[in-house]
Amino acid sequence: MSNRRNFIKAASGVAVATALGFGLLGAAQAADPLKVGFVYISPIGDAGWTYQHDQGRLQMEKALGDKVATKYIENVPEGADAERVIRELASSGYNLIYATSFGYMNYVERVAKQFPNVTLMHATGYKTGKNFGNYNARFYEGRYLNGVVAGKMSKSNVLGYVAAFPIPEVVMGINAFARGARSVNPDAEVRVIWVNSWYDPGKEREATLTLISQGADMLTHHTDSTAVVQAAEEKGVNAFSYHSDMSKYGAKAQLSGTTHQWGKFYTDTTQSVLDGTWKPASTWGGIKEGMIEIVPLNSSVPADVKALVDKLEGDMRAGTFHPFAGPVVDQDGKTRVAAGEVISDEDLSHMKYFVEGVASKLRQN
Amino acid sequence: MEQSLITSMLFATLVAGTPLIIVALGELITEKAGVLNLGAEGTMAMGAVAAFAATHYTGNPYLGVLAGMAAGALMSLLFGLLTLTLMANQVASGLALTIFGVGLSAFVGKPFESLTLPAVPAIRIPLLADIPLLGPALFNQQSLVYFSWALLGGVIWFLYKSRAGLILRAVGESPSSAHSIGYSVIGIRYLATTFGGAMAGIGGAFLSVFYTPLWVEGMVSGRGWIALALVVFATWRPLRVMAGAYLFGGVMISQLFIQGSGLQIEVPSQLLSALPYLATIFVLVLISRNQQTIRLNSPMSLGQPYRPDA
Repeated sequence: MSNRRNFIKAASGVAVATALGFGLLGAAQAADPLKVGFVYISPIGDAGWTYQHDQGRLQMEKALGDKVATKYIENVPEGADAERVIRELASSGYNLIYATSFGYMNYVERVAKQFPNVTLMHATGYKTGKNFGNYNARFYEGRYLNGVVAGKMSKSNVLGYVAAFPIPEVVMGINAFARGARSVNPDAEVRVIWVNSWYDPGKEREATLTLISQGADMLTHHTDSTAVVQAAEEKGVNAFSYHSDMSKYGAKAQLSGTTHQWGKFYTDTTQSVLDGTWKPASTWGGIKEGMIEIVPLNSSVPADVKALVDKLEGDMRAGTFHPFAGPVVDQDGKTRVAAGEVISDEDLSHMKYFVEGVASKLRQN
Repeated sequence: MEQSLITSMLFATLVAGTPLIIVALGELITEKAGVLNLGAEGTMAMGAVAAFAATHYTGNPYLGVLAGMAAGALMSLLFGLLTLTLMANQVASGLALTIFGVGLSAFVGKPFESLTLPAVPAIRIPLLADIPLLGPALFNQQSLVYFSWALLGGVIWFLYKSRAGLILRAVGESPSSAHSIGYSVIGIRYLATTFGGAMAGIGGAFLSVFYTPLWVEGMVSGRGWIALALVVFATWRPLRVMAGAYLFGGVMISQLFIQGSGLQIEVPSQLLSALPYLATIFVLVLISRNQQTIRLNSPMSLGQPYRPDA
C-alpha cells in the first residue's frame, strides 16, 4: 500500500514540477546548466589516468558552478560499448562530451557526425571535425625533468622503466626520461620492461623487482597502478610516479613524478562552449599551459639538483627549451634531429625509435 | 643485488606461481566432485578485498587471510545454492559469479582504494635458508608460499589416500552410484565447492595482502581464469597443476629478466608477454596428451547437475 501511496505522491510531484517547468520555461532555459558528460576508460580509483581526468572534472565544476551539470561514466571499454555510451549521452541532452581514451576515437567521430549540435572532445587522439576536437598533454616535458633528477641521483647509473605497450606515446616518454638523465649523467642507461598491459599491479610489481635485482636504483613507469612506486619504497630505492602524485605509496621512494592537470583546460573549453566561441582544435599543452606539472621534489633531493630542475622548468615555461632539441641521436647512432633544430610535433607523435641512453632494444615494425 | 640472479628469479617465480596453485588446487577439488565453478576470478576479487579490509582494521595479515577465505567460501555457497540446490546451469552461474564478484568487490572496496598495508615480512626457515642458491629462494618466503606446498601435499593425500577422497571422486565420477550406496551427493558437492571458494579467497588474499599490498579494482587481472585453465590442462592432477603454475610464473619472470637485462633481443615484447601462456599450454598438453589418462582423471559428471530423487 505504501508503495502505491509513494507512487501517487511521486507522480503528483512530477506533475507539479512539469507544470512549474512549463510555466517558467522562458526563465528556466536561460538558467539551464550545460550538461557535460565524461567517459572514462577505467574506474576512477585513487590515482592514475582516469583519476586525473576526474580531478579535472571536479575543478571545472567548482570553477563554473551552476552553469554546468556534469556526469561521468567510468569503466567504459574501448569498443562498441563506447559508441553506445557516448551516443546515449549525446541523445540525452549532454551537449559537451569529453571522451578520455585513445581507443574511443572512431566512435567519437561517428557520434559527432550524428549529433552536429553536440561538442565532442577526445583525449589523446588525432582526428577532428566540425564539432569534434582533440587534446593531449606534453607529458614528455615532465619526464625529461624527472630524468634529470634520476640521472643526478642514481648511484648505479641503471634506471628502470616499467612500460605498458611499445607505442609512440610511451616511447616518447622513455626517450624524454633518457635524454633528461643523459644530459646530466653520460653513464646513465635506461632499461625498459614491457608488461603489455596498462593495468596489472602484480605484473608491474614483478617487473619492478626484476629491474631492482638487476641494479636499477631509479624507477619509473608508464602504467596505471601505484605498484611500481610501492615496490620501490619497499626495496629502499627511488621512483618517479606517473599520472598522479603517489607520495602516499612511497613517501621516501618518490623523488618526483609527472602529473596530468586537466582542470584549467576543462574549465576553459567548457566556458568557450558556454560562450559559443568554441572552435574545433587539436590542443597539445604542456608545462607552459599548466596541463603538465611535476610533483614537488622530495626533500632528499639536494638543492643544486632542485635549482637545475627549476631552471629547466622555467625555460620550458618560457618556451626556450625543448626536450627534443637537436641533436637527437637514436640508439644505433643515427642522427634523427640535427643540431640546432627542434623535433616537429608530427615526428614526436610518431616516434618509433629509442634514443641513445636506452639500453633496451626497440623492435622496428 | 648481493643475491645471485638465479636466486632472485627463482624467488619471483615461486611468488608468481603461488596464487595460481592455491586457487587451482581448490578448483581441482571442486571439479573432482563434478562441479564446474567458473567463478574463480570473481571469488578471488572478493577474497582480495575482504582480506585487505580485515588486515587494514586489525593489522593482522592472517586475520585478513581468514576473512578472504570466508568471503570466498560465501561466494561459493551462493554458487552452490544456485547450481546444487536450485539446479541452475553451472557454466552460466559461474560466469555470473565472476561478473558479480568483480563488480561487488569494486563497490565494497571503494573506501580502501587509497590505503596501503605494510609489507608482510618473509618467514625464514633456519638452516634450510642457508643452502646456497636455492635456500634464500625456497626457504625465505611468504608464509602462503609454504602453505601452497602443504596444500598440495594435503590435496594429494586426500584425493588418493583417504577414504573421504575416494567418496569425493566417486561423487564426481558417478553421482548416482554414490547416491545409491548412501552418500549425500549434494552435501559432498557443497563441501567441495565451499573448499574451492575458500581457496580462491586465499588466493585473492595473497594478492592484496602479500603480493602487492594494496587494493585496487581489477587487481586479480585474469589470474582466476589462468588457474581454471591450469586445472584442465593439467588433466586434474595436483602435481601437474603445481608444475604448470610454476612454469607459467617462471616463463613470465624470465621474460621480464630478459627484457630488463638490456640484452639486445629482436623479439617483439608482445610475443614475450604471450610466452608464459603458450609455454604452459604447450608443455601441459604435451605431458598430458595420453587420451586414456585424460579419461581416467577427468571427472565424468563435471558440470552436470544431479537430482537425487530423479
